[in-house]
Amino acid sequence: MNHTDGTFIDVLQFLILGIQRGSIYAMVAMGFNMIYNATGIINFAQGEFVVLGGLMMVTLTMAFNLSIVFSFILTVLFVIVVGILMERLTINPVKHPTVLRLIIITIAVSIIIKGVAMCFWGKGSHYMRHFSGTAPLEFFGATILPQTLWIFAILFFVVIAYIIFFNYTMTGKCMRACAINRDAARLAGINDRKMVMLSFALSAGIGAIAGIIITPIIQMDYARGAMLGLKGFGAAVLGGLGNSMGAVVAGVLLGVLEALGAGYISSHYMDAIALVILLFVLFIRPSGILGSSEAMRLKEF
Amino acid sequence: MSNSILELQLLRKNFGGVVAVSDLSLDIEKGSITSLIGPNGAGKTTIFNLVTGFLHPSSGHIRFAGRVLNKIKPHTIAAIGIGRTFQNVQIFPKMSVIENIMVGRHLRSRAGIFYSSILPPFLRNEEKLIRAAAEKQLTFLELEQYAHVPAGGLPLGNQRMLEIARALAIEPKLLLLDEPASGLNARETIAMGELIEKIKQMNITVLLVEHDMELVMDISDHVAVINFGRLIAEGSPAEIQENDDVIAAYLGE
Repeated sequence: MNHTDGTFIDVLQFLILGIQRGSIYAMVAMGFNMIYNATGIINFAQGEFVVLGGLMMVTLTMAFNLSIVFSFILTVLFVIVVGILMERLTINPVKHPTVLRLIIITIAVSIIIKGVAMCFWGKGSHYMRHFSGTAPLEFFGATILPQTLWIFAILFFVVIAYIIFFNYTMTGKCMRACAINRDAARLAGINDRKMVMLSFALSAGIGAIAGIIITPIIQMDYARGAMLGLKGFGAAVLGGLGNSMGAVVAGVLLGVLEALGAGYISSHYMDAIALVILLFVLFIRPSGILGSSEAMRLKEF
Repeated sequence: MSNSILELQLLRKNFGGVVAVSDLSLDIEKGSITSLIGPNGAGKTTIFNLVTGFLHPSSGHIRFAGRVLNKIKPHTIAAIGIGRTFQNVQIFPKMSVIENIMVGRHLRSRAGIFYSSILPPFLRNEEKLIRAAAEKQLTFLELEQYAHVPAGGLPLGNQRMLEIARALAIEPKLLLLDEPASGLNARETIAMGELIEKIKQMNITVLLVEHDMELVMDISDHVAVINFGRLIAEGSPAEIQENDDVIAAYLGE
């Protein structure tokens, strides 16, 4: 009896951990999708937005002692500006933008951001205080950190904001229109370049939020972007590229599988699990578990 | 001054060594329905792409209401007042019918794009105004019962109507219609002709590319015939039907 209880609590604990990690992957994947929908490219600097969000938040809260709310807003704005600058300076000026060229550019930008981040924040990892204390709460025998609840709540808020923005605002509708049919959108008077810029701004913002909320738990350092980006990419592919609600489900699923794998197989294989899943999805069902293969055929890759 | 809304002056477009449009000059009279006809590959769609800014001319000028359009981007041209539909319907299939029109309508809303993204939707009625205008447009085109259906699910005839509705939503002064009747059955074609005449009555100049000669001769005020990128004849429908060059171009010499 005790044994089954213990198993249940273990599973619950892994689920909580998994959803927590998965929430971050989900947000990174949403960022990927926004830029993918606007441009058809994968922005490999997406993980760097997360890192910048985390590190900036550390500096504002720990070094400047600003309040969490104020730092949160400033950090998100800062990373949004970085996203806009990235688009204006490296994506927009490209004379003949092909998917491959733009992707290589985003890789270059990710390396640059990583280098600059290392110069400013050093190589060490940075601790940040939790939003509201570290006293764990009990949840059916498992423990849950207040920060984890913040992560769940903020993911929920981001998803709701995303849905409202894309379905109920004109700007959101225009972005969707531009993603579906760029020529028709231009003809309807939509400045497609502005939409691309906006997509970079928004996905930088979501990346920053992900970085901010996870930093108290994982302790951010300059080099984390690649792995976070890769996991987020896995989630985006699993959910069907371009399908952001799919990405949320897939991100959480990926996090849970990772946590279960780490718990029951070996924590050494944790990163491998996500990547093996990514490979299998690409081999077997490249349109993702939630994407339609019909939509996939229309995409450039 | 002439009463023309669109003037093409010695317009030329080369693709590598191929001359798609060759020193073509044409005036489109304000308030008219003018048709561009000619065999496939004559350069009609290229002219549309030049006028709407998807292509830029190799030489020559495009003047719209006195303004030179040579290097202007498509979204700006839409804002200036030129609407267009495509030969292959270009709608937003995954969006609902009314959303398709609302997207066309956004240009004419007062709020700018950044203003509208900062203010949350419940604090402003911009979206409501746009929605109301779009609903009117739907009623005009008798599509109102499809308002919330995904546009991709409509039959082709209705998709064409929707594309025209979206083009009308930008309140154009000039509307370019690229083969609006292709793929339509006889009844739909007649309805399309009636719609085009209604659009003319709304004080919108129409430039039409169409292969259905019955439709062209029926509704056009003016017909221009193009072959190999050159203007070979222009005049009233009656004049064109008698023109020997035109008959030669269509039947082959």
